[in-house]
Amino acid sequence: MMASFTRLIAGRNPAVLLASLGAGTVAAGVLLSDSSALSAEGKKSLYPPSADFPDLRKHNNCMAAALTPAIYAKLRDRVTPQNWTLDQSIQTGVDNPGHPFIKTVGCVAGDEESYEVFAELFDPIIKDRHNGYDPRTMTHPTDLDASKITNGVFDEKYVLSSRVRTGRSIRGLSLPPACSRSERREVERVVVTALAGLKGELTGRYYSLGDMTEQEQQQLIDDHFLFDKPVSPLLTCAFMARDWPDARGIWHNNEKNFLIWVNEEDHTRVISMEKGGNMKRVFERFCSGLKQVEQLIHERGWEFMWNERLGYILTCPSNLGTGLRAGVHVRLPNLSKDTRFSKILDNLRLQKRGTGGVDTAATGDTFDISNNDRLGKSEVELVQMLVDGVNYLIDCEKRLEKGQDIKVPSPVAQFKK
Amino acid sequence: MPFGNTHNNFKLNFKVEEEYPDLTKHNNHMAKVLTKEMYGKLRDKQTPSGFTVDDVIQTGVDNPGHPFIMTVGCVAGDEESYEVFKDLFDPIIKDRHGGYKPTDKHATDLNFENLKGGDDLDPNYVLSSRVRTGRSIKGYTLPPHNSRGERRAIEKLSVEALTSLDGEFKGTYYPLKSMTDAEQDQLINDHFLFDKPVSPLLTCAGMARDWPDGRGIWHNDDKSFLVWVNEEDHLRVISMQKAGNMREVFRRFCVGLKRIEEIFQKHNHGFMWNEHLGYVLTCPSNLGTGLRGGVHVKLPKLSTHPKFDEILKRLRLQKRGTGGVDTASVGGVFDISNADRLGSSEVAQVQLVVDGVKLMVEMEKKLEKGESVDKMIPAQK
Repeated sequence: MMASFTRLIAGRNPAVLLASLGAGTVAAGVLLSDSSALSAEGKKSLYPPSADFPDLRKHNNCMAAALTPAIYAKLRDRVTPQNWTLDQSIQTGVDNPGHPFIKTVGCVAGDEESYEVFAELFDPIIKDRHNGYDPRTMTHPTDLDASKITNGVFDEKYVLSSRVRTGRSIRGLSLPPACSRSERREVERVVVTALAGLKGELTGRYYSLGDMTEQEQQQLIDDHFLFDKPVSPLLTCAFMARDWPDARGIWHNNEKNFLIWVNEEDHTRVISMEKGGNMKRVFERFCSGLKQVEQLIHERGWEFMWNERLGYILTCPSNLGTGLRAGVHVRLPNLSKDTRFSKILDNLRLQKRGTGGVDTAATGDTFDISNNDRLGKSEVELVQMLVDGVNYLIDCEKRLEKGQDIKVPSPVAQFKK
Repeated sequence: MPFGNTHNNFKLNFKVEEEYPDLTKHNNHMAKVLTKEMYGKLRDKQTPSGFTVDDVIQTGVDNPGHPFIMTVGCVAGDEESYEVFKDLFDPIIKDRHGGYKPTDKHATDLNFENLKGGDDLDPNYVLSSRVRTGRSIKGYTLPPHNSRGERRAIEKLSVEALTSLDGEFKGTYYPLKSMTDAEQDQLINDHFLFDKPVSPLLTCAGMARDWPDGRGIWHNDDKSFLVWVNEEDHLRVISMQKAGNMREVFRRFCVGLKRIEEIFQKHNHGFMWNEHLGYVLTCPSNLGTGLRGGVHVKLPKLSTHPKFDEILKRLRLQKRGTGGVDTASVGGVFDISNADRLGSSEVAQVQLVVDGVKLMVEMEKKLEKGESVDKMIPAQK
């Protein structure tokens, strides 16, 4: 940094000298800036990558762990075809140093090509976050055949509700961090048009966030469907809340068990949910609904972002692959007090959250239990793991109720790190 | 915002109607002025550093505002923004700054000796006096746009300049990212410390990026003169002290500013200034002098007088709570400061504060005695 500073004060840039002579009129200001050091080319020499490298010494996120000065120097001046840059990808991770106990991802994609153009950064992050999955050498399996799920109906004495969610991005349009207003509106148009074609138990309607009535808003809140303008700095620092609520909305079917968020953190978030323990039916509807939506957008010449290295492409690297979080709200009054609870969850590759979702605390004895993994295993595999895991937890709970002992299961297999 | 020129070229593939923001629920200066036609005209432009009209307006799009409070709704990313996006900024400037025309010239007067009086505000009422302004350093882009490299260069240059000051201006710089807990507590107790912006007006304009990198506070040993580095502007310069000697506060303000400016000019990085807009700052509301001179003053009776707001308006003053902008007053103590920034000089604006506060304190005293103040209500200044 000292070097660039010395260059500044010793600078013989004629434009800068002119300015210091007090050529204060705006016209002169514009003239001198044509040749000023502020143009893109000039900036590159005045501010080499080392001058711009972020200070990540107090940071704890996947981006900070992976981004070296060498990688930054290599990638700083590259752009994707939509002209998205590395600095834009990492801004959220620079602005949110994280917590010693919680490792966030710390970067986002602005478009499908980000994962390729900035592969030197994204690949190690993906490996870190997804249990050693290597996009250079491995392929991701996609399997949306719900009929393969076994034992997928839970004891409703314990399981209060079941839910599966994923995200889908529309190929050819930039992702929420990068999209312009017109692109975002195009996403809304494409998706809403497609959803209008759903029939039978999936017939529904769309509620635009900006245009909904007070009544509609209240109903959606009561149904636990409404999403808010993001307040988490993880999202706002990644430019995802721009132009709110323009082109954001919620679609749901008349049965209120299949819903789609438009232009929140991803182009679409697709959610299948119902009260009770019939995860199999929830997943069946999920797969059927997704396939129908995909068919409907294909008819109009659109498709989802997907490739065999990374599966479904979403904004946050943590959601690559299946983008799938399958979970239940389950009562575990005895098990949750057992000291082995966390270890059991770990080995089953499950995570617990509060019933308010990510970063909330559990109320009472009811937990949100869902799969940890997203990439490297198919949807069917992950849902089966969740099903098997929840059944195991319920079994433990029943044993503890009867005063019997429980066992910590052996860890489910993962890839080599 | 670091979206800049390259992404902008990609957006030009889409039609104007498609890109034009929905401002139907908005109440800010930008929304009043930006028609679809104007947006269409400006959207393919960019400043030399790559700042675009969408960068300018993002904060106004994201913050529709309040029916009662008219925010500006746009920012500059560099000195040239005000020229390249003239069509947008000129009517906003006119609206915000009392009819200031594109052909008007702004007078700068930092000669503190031109101030009349100001050293005798009654300390029983005037608890503290303060003058602040901002300065932008030529050759760098502004907080909504600058890169980490630029921000650090600004900090480095500022620290060099400030630590070379001596006499009453001898002081120390505290970088935000490396201050100790003890230093932080002291700065809070002194009412010096600034926080990471939480107001969406600022965060949506990209001004909190990379916090706290390149940010810091410098103050003199006497704790009467301080400079914020890389908050909402490159520099915010503040002179303050307890009680009512505004004259002394203003003297120190002018002398200190001059000394700092000299040092920056020696390094070929003078302040951004031109004869039409005066000092160029990030927010159009701060153009001209960028000066807010004010006092914390006890006006429990006058503040409940039905004509209080009218009196302030005529005196060309504004009220705020003692927490600063967008806070409420506590215990009848108000922050009273000049409302104008552009079109009148520093001396003139501080004069209005001095004269106006003096008058209001007289009125307060009269009201304490149960007398009427109707005859004292001033004419519009």
